[in-house]
Amino acid sequence: MRSSPPIALLPVLAAALLASSLAAQEPPVAFVGARLEPVTAPAIEDGVLVAHRGTIAAIGPRDDVTIPDGARVVDVSGRVLMPGLVCTHSHVARPSGGDRSAPIHPDCRVIDAIDVLHPSVHRARAGGLTTLHVMPGSSHLLSGQTVYLKLRRGDSVEELAIRDEDGAIAGAMKMANGTNPQKDPPFPETRARAAALVRRAYVEAEEYREKVRRAEAGDGEAPKRDLALEALVEVLDGKRVVHHHTHRHDDILTVLRLREEFGFRLVLQHVTGGWRVAEEIAAAGVPCSLTIVDSPGGKQEVRSTRWENAAILERAGVNVGFNTDDPITDSRVYLRAAQLAVRGGMSRAGALRGLTLAGAEMLDLGDRTGSLEVGKDADLVVLSGDPLSVYTKPRQTWVEGVKVFDIEDPADRAYAYGGEGAGDETTFHGCCIGEEGGR
Amino acid sequence: MTRHGDGATTRTGRSPSAVAAALLAVVALLGGGTAAAQVAVFGDVVHTMAGEPIEDGVVVIADGKIAAVGPAATVAVPDGSERVRAPVVAPGLIDAHSVVGLAGAQNQPHDQDQLDRSEPLQPELRAIDAYDPGEPLVDWLRSLGVTTLHTGHAPGALISGQTMIVKTKPTTVADATLVPFAMVACTLGEGAQSGGKGPPGNRSKAAAMLRGALLAAREYEDRRGADAEKRPPRDLRHEALAAVLRGEVPLLVTVHRRHDVRTALRIAEEFEVRLVLDGMAEAVAVLDELRETGTPVLLHPTMVRPSGERRHASMETAARLREAGIPFAIQGGYESYVPKTRYVGFEAGIAAQNGLAPDDALAAITLDAARILGVDDRVGSLEVGKDGDVALFDGDPLETTTRCLGVVLDGVPHLDR
Repeated sequence: MRSSPPIALLPVLAAALLASSLAAQEPPVAFVGARLEPVTAPAIEDGVLVAHRGTIAAIGPRDDVTIPDGARVVDVSGRVLMPGLVCTHSHVARPSGGDRSAPIHPDCRVIDAIDVLHPSVHRARAGGLTTLHVMPGSSHLLSGQTVYLKLRRGDSVEELAIRDEDGAIAGAMKMANGTNPQKDPPFPETRARAAALVRRAYVEAEEYREKVRRAEAGDGEAPKRDLALEALVEVLDGKRVVHHHTHRHDDILTVLRLREEFGFRLVLQHVTGGWRVAEEIAAAGVPCSLTIVDSPGGKQEVRSTRWENAAILERAGVNVGFNTDDPITDSRVYLRAAQLAVRGGMSRAGALRGLTLAGAEMLDLGDRTGSLEVGKDADLVVLSGDPLSVYTKPRQTWVEGVKVFDIEDPADRAYAYGGEGAGDETTFHGCCIGEEGGR
Repeated sequence: MTRHGDGATTRTGRSPSAVAAALLAVVALLGGGTAAAQVAVFGDVVHTMAGEPIEDGVVVIADGKIAAVGPAATVAVPDGSERVRAPVVAPGLIDAHSVVGLAGAQNQPHDQDQLDRSEPLQPELRAIDAYDPGEPLVDWLRSLGVTTLHTGHAPGALISGQTMIVKTKPTTVADATLVPFAMVACTLGEGAQSGGKGPPGNRSKAAAMLRGALLAAREYEDRRGADAEKRPPRDLRHEALAAVLRGEVPLLVTVHRRHDVRTALRIAEEFEVRLVLDGMAEAVAVLDELRETGTPVLLHPTMVRPSGERRHASMETAARLREAGIPFAIQGGYESYVPKTRYVGFEAGIAAQNGLAPDDALAAITLDAARILGVDDRVGSLEVGKDGDVALFDGDPLETTTRCLGVVLDGVPHLDR
């Protein structure tokens, strides 16, 4: 999970940010009158949720929750309040990883590339997203280290990044197989070559790890520090989860085979042909993050696209979440992923979980976000109506108790609807979002 | 159709047993896809698009044409008719502009016939010579309720070729075709430019080339009318543009930026051609000009990505066009990658989410589209004498969660999936 090496300054910065975030959390905020969709419990009609110091302090029916003295009351009568949406696969903020010099780039970090002021980030807030996994693309076998973001206000990746207990920036490793990373050498031209290159890299990392261990035990000299192998050792040690782009059912099985051989922690991404091998995925206990698109095709290996995919995987017992793959689908209409999954037969509860807690768990954040529970981060989206209706639009987005998007705010409006000023060629200034006096 | 409130289900309700019964009925009666002399389509709600929705209605189709529409209590259904039932019945949907059938799902060279870049001006390229009725994306759209497609050569060249209007039948081109030559597809703005591989290299050059081609076609047309011995040899390119100049087919101009819209209007006025504007990410900036010239708009998919020339695209544009009284339809459009085609039902739903009344959203993918395409005498509404094209749904057709249970196409039931 951690980026390496941890930069000494970052924990200090994190503490400072945490302090400022807490300061912004006084007084408590009480959301009153909405239907609450906690995800981990049945819906609560006419409920109250109290956020304080960045986390959820209370939740329940109106009569059961005492609104603290001095709390700021937000009237959300007739609306639906649910956990902020979690997207486990996004390319907002102009990410990049490795270049065309090689197919495997464990040392490349997406944090060194992204621009969190890119308008795509604020469009994601307008879609009700609060937690994002931003990753480089799939045109490499391994394109680099990813980052988990909370869509807090802020203009640096350091301010938005989620941190682990040591204060290091949290993220995963992006890998891919199938046709996207196949091209002229040094890239693989075949599937078997692709798998062989990946196995070779892991074997090298195992040897590196062994040398380091022996040196630490006083046996021999430490190997010369290697940024790429260091990152792969994090993968082997389970500190950095592999998020693996894969479509065709046989490519999915190849990923499971490599996981079996090298023991890394894994989240399958896209998983278009997953419905063909749902039992195998379930038996491996590997979660799936699905990109749900409007039609089959676009490339040969996604001909097997079916809206029933999520339902079939759910019935097989797989932990199923969704992603936008923005710009493949638009973050502003991320609710559609759940709607299409339900159209394909998924349960309502599973679909709402797929937008929130399932993704949080895939990012090792299931104890912090993804459901409305006391003690969790106050990451919230206020919807105009039911999350499974096309007529529903996100109206407000809150991260850790701070409003980061409000459709009624003229500065935010264009990011929700589009129009002049919110497209990709503009820069998001973030000067005046929310009601807390801007930044 | 009513606009449903927050969290409401459809007006017709959607009990699981009702859905199952409807599905069974469809499976039993539509499975064969065989022609029937008479088909009766019953709906808890029938959206005719010609008047208020009918509760508990029926559409009677005889020999491929609509013979009667009305409340089931009052319309006589001939003995021997195949009976089909669904919670919601609507006209077969119309995708006002697509490339499906020329562009295929696999996105490999063998199934991408929507654009030839060897020359910038090729109005003689006929869509009927490239359309594949067996393309899986055609089946896909039909399975969602789309029965009529305006498809053809894609945006991306100054004039890429012709468009056509087809029914989404898995049959021959000749049998599927409603209008073999519908429009001439033109692109202005950055999409028309060659990127340094020959002209046009910029906006002025594109406009000059288009004007030059129209001028040459006019001269050709004039000379073709002269004495036999002075007549120029037949020229397919001039012939296609002459059809535009005679007003037989419109010039379809794909354009997004406001100044490019004005260029299209300027050229259309100069040559007195019928203009249909397509794409139109910045339509709200030119509402006055559109209203004054009465120019219809085939609007980009509501969920189009806001980048490049579409950077100012808004999900509210459909609602703004409606407010301004400008005729428009919503299109599936062209996608180079994923999703390889869009479905107009989804796009209309998002337009309804963003201010367009649901009735108007449904009209934008049925009757309003038929009118702009000039085929409203055949399709777009459930009225006596029109083609027997009906879409069957288990709920509000605009809801993402609603399933299409099948279509009747020219009186022939289809259940594809």
